[in-house]
Amino acid sequence: MEAAVTETLKPVRMARWIRVCRPEDIPELGARVIRRTGGDIAVFRNSEGECFALLDRCPHKGGPLSQGIVFGRSVACPLHGWTVHLEDGCAEAPDTGCTRSFPVKIENGEVLLQLPD
Amino acid sequence: MKLVMIGNGMAGARTLEELLKIAPDLYDITVFGAEPHANYNRILLSPVLAGEMTVQNIMLNDVDWYGKNNISLHLGKKVTRIERGARRVVAADGTAEPYDRLLLATGSNPFILPVPGKDLEGVLTYRDIQDTNAMIEASKRYKHAVVIGGGLLGLEAANGLKLRGMNVTVVHLMEWLMERQLDRTAAQLLQQSLEAKGLQFLLQKQTAEIVANEQGRVRAVRFKPAPGKDPGDGSEIVAELVVMAVGIRPNTELAQSAGIQCNRGIVVNDTLQTFDPKIYAVGECVAHRGVAYGLVAPLFEMAKVCANHLAHFGIGRYAGSVTSTKLKVTGIDLFSAGEFSGGAGTEDIVLNDALGGVYKRIVLRDNRVVGAVLYGDTADGSWYYQLLRDKQNVAEIRDHLMFGQNHLGNTGHQGQSRAVAMADAMEVCGCNGVPKGAIVRAIKEKGLFTLADVRKHTKASSSCGSCTGLVEQILASTVGGAYQPQEAKTKPMCACTDHTHEEMRKAIKEHRLLSISAAMRFLEWRTPNGCASCRPAINYYLICAWPHEAKDDPQSRFINERAHANIQKDGTFSVVPRMFGGVTSPDQLRRIADVADKYQIPTVKVTGGQRIDLLGVKKDDLPAVWRDLDMPSGHAYAKALRTVKTCVGSEWCRFGVQDSTNMGIELEKSLWRMYAPHKVKMAVSGCPRNCAESGIKDVGVIGVDSGWEIYVAGNGGIKTEVAQFLVKVKTREEVLEYAGAFLQLYREEARYLDRTVHYVRRVGLDHIKKKIVEDADNRKALWARLQHALEGEPDPWKERAAGKDGREYEALAEPA
Repeated sequence: MEAAVTETLKPVRMARWIRVCRPEDIPELGARVIRRTGGDIAVFRNSEGECFALLDRCPHKGGPLSQGIVFGRSVACPLHGWTVHLEDGCAEAPDTGCTRSFPVKIENGEVLLQLPD
Repeated sequence: MKLVMIGNGMAGARTLEELLKIAPDLYDITVFGAEPHANYNRILLSPVLAGEMTVQNIMLNDVDWYGKNNISLHLGKKVTRIERGARRVVAADGTAEPYDRLLLATGSNPFILPVPGKDLEGVLTYRDIQDTNAMIEASKRYKHAVVIGGGLLGLEAANGLKLRGMNVTVVHLMEWLMERQLDRTAAQLLQQSLEAKGLQFLLQKQTAEIVANEQGRVRAVRFKPAPGKDPGDGSEIVAELVVMAVGIRPNTELAQSAGIQCNRGIVVNDTLQTFDPKIYAVGECVAHRGVAYGLVAPLFEMAKVCANHLAHFGIGRYAGSVTSTKLKVTGIDLFSAGEFSGGAGTEDIVLNDALGGVYKRIVLRDNRVVGAVLYGDTADGSWYYQLLRDKQNVAEIRDHLMFGQNHLGNTGHQGQSRAVAMADAMEVCGCNGVPKGAIVRAIKEKGLFTLADVRKHTKASSSCGSCTGLVEQILASTVGGAYQPQEAKTKPMCACTDHTHEEMRKAIKEHRLLSISAAMRFLEWRTPNGCASCRPAINYYLICAWPHEAKDDPQSRFINERAHANIQKDGTFSVVPRMFGGVTSPDQLRRIADVADKYQIPTVKVTGGQRIDLLGVKKDDLPAVWRDLDMPSGHAYAKALRTVKTCVGSEWCRFGVQDSTNMGIELEKSLWRMYAPHKVKMAVSGCPRNCAESGIKDVGVIGVDSGWEIYVAGNGGIKTEVAQFLVKVKTREEVLEYAGAFLQLYREEARYLDRTVHYVRRVGLDHIKKKIVEDADNRKALWARLQHALEGEPDPWKERAAGKDGREYEALAEPA
């Protein structure tokens, strides 16, 4: 099995909630990307209306998860088909490795994302 | 509800696994196992005996597994009574357990020859860990072993004891070894190889008595005299250890004592239910449609069906199994399946290379494979087995059937087609860099049985699939008869369902299903919105069945088809504009050059399909790039018509006899925007020199003086496949009609992700000819349906250049 690339997590200091978009700006069973100097973030929406945010890098070879097919609470990476869980960014067994996930909430019709300072 | 299982072997534990997968909370489960071990991989006892593996290596479910799944496990407790009235079972030590459903998985017992001396010390059977350990112990203290029974198990036992340093003689009643799996020729080759390893054989010998020494331990085996000889004339051979491996009998004792109908085994119906509806039975203890199985693969099929009914799902029937056999003796390559001995109405195709040690015999009836025996080269065993199970008509491939599937064109694994000949360090899967040793290790350590398991755990053959045959061989030689390629006809679409691709297509057509959610609801999908494997397939089936009516769902398309460009490893995209027939103009080339400059596109490359590829385009730039190019989409990203490659043809070429360039342009203009189960590549050559390489295309057209020849189902990719001749026609209109009709037939009948070569191999070229060449009305109808589907189908680039689906290409603003 291939060794997974795991991002080293830096200690998260007190973070702020920021407005990203309205839920309907994200296609159901799809994602949008926030381009960002610390690495792009993919914001997903599933068929239950839940939203999730992951660093847009597959733990396998860095593929853009935002471009994958979303199902249930998972996304299939477009490059080699790894399944990554949307809640925690971890690959489905037997694959191993996690990409970073970010807290998301929906409030007053807005998707809010918590980013570390 | 309470589920009690009696017997803790492979069939029972697999049933529990399947049950927990689909109904994890339905039952409180209690398991009784007579052996002191948790569930282990019984088929790997031979490698343990041979000293190649240890008992720890072969555990499938350890005690922790039962704990984790809240299963009460009683090891070393033999259930002695089933009280059906009170619905409870009682073990020998008095432990009693009530049940709502009872699952019998009591397995089988070795058959013991009823001869004097059968109970002597040093006489063993070969069934479980205890037997194996006793044999290993005996091999340390004694020299002479006799194995009674020259079947699969007997030979594996003999081989193991020989490797442990004993002198081993195999005694067999019949004329040749493994007579239930092998014909005489293959058996003789096998015997020679085993003799070369130092085993000795006594054939056509019937054991009369096992003789004791003064201490009451076995000292010899005595045989019955040959017919007509003096009864006192029976010869004997020295034996300090005797292993009886003369067959197994379903263990029905407990069931019978509880009054459950038994006949050879515990009688079950197609849902694995016994005559008592609260009691199910799986594995070697059952008799299903009069057959009791002694190999692992059928047990797994039973387990799946039984679990489904225990979970109250009520779908799935077990309809019996065709089994195949593989001997697990290192260095010996042997495969057998089906009816190998021929008989009325059958014909044989035989290859016999005595010096090279290769023997192959394929048995056919009505142009269908009904049996196969392979010795020395089993590379194609699983292929023949698949043909056998699918009952595929092989008339078209008869002439090269014997040479197997892997005789040409496979790339990516150093030209190897025989897994046994490969060293552990050799790479099997060139896509994912997986060596043979890693695959073998994963199969053994993780207890893998199926190709899907191996793909999941090792990634081998999970990308391009060209090494699938090799991986199957490795699987087969590692787990032996337990490996069974799944019958393609009954293979479910994915883990979300038990329904096949064909059932999905049928439901969509017959019930006018127009959306993915409607299709999933209708066929009772287990997952809320499918997975990355079934959604794109269903989406294609919908738009193929109901063009202009079904709802195309971009979120169920792979990113390339959603974004209409090819994703690259760095997340950028590539753009290939369409150049009909490979013809371009100074004006187009200028625009391409300008676009490359303006959007700083790093690489401009000529493709294999006579077009130009712009690589490294940022996703956000795609709509503007398309607008500036002002050329049609090349669909180089889609499961759709890609390119029609052409040669120069009669307009310029001094050899050309037909205007291939314009024929190609005409074909491409009529067929572009056509989605298909997989990509479709075409070519038109203007003379038989075939410069456009029509012989390796999905549809290849070759101009000859008197018209056009049409070839179909070629492939130049993973597996080089030469296209097959379909028909010769006179006019350009006919070329369009025949090519279009063939592609529509492929669109309507192939499984998603089947290339034309896979599809035609499955249905046979005869079928295609019947529908296209011989039936003019059907051909015209197919062609008309394709034209209807393509009518008004927009150019996706043009639409998106004008603003459609804008948010697919726009990033969200970076939060402040």
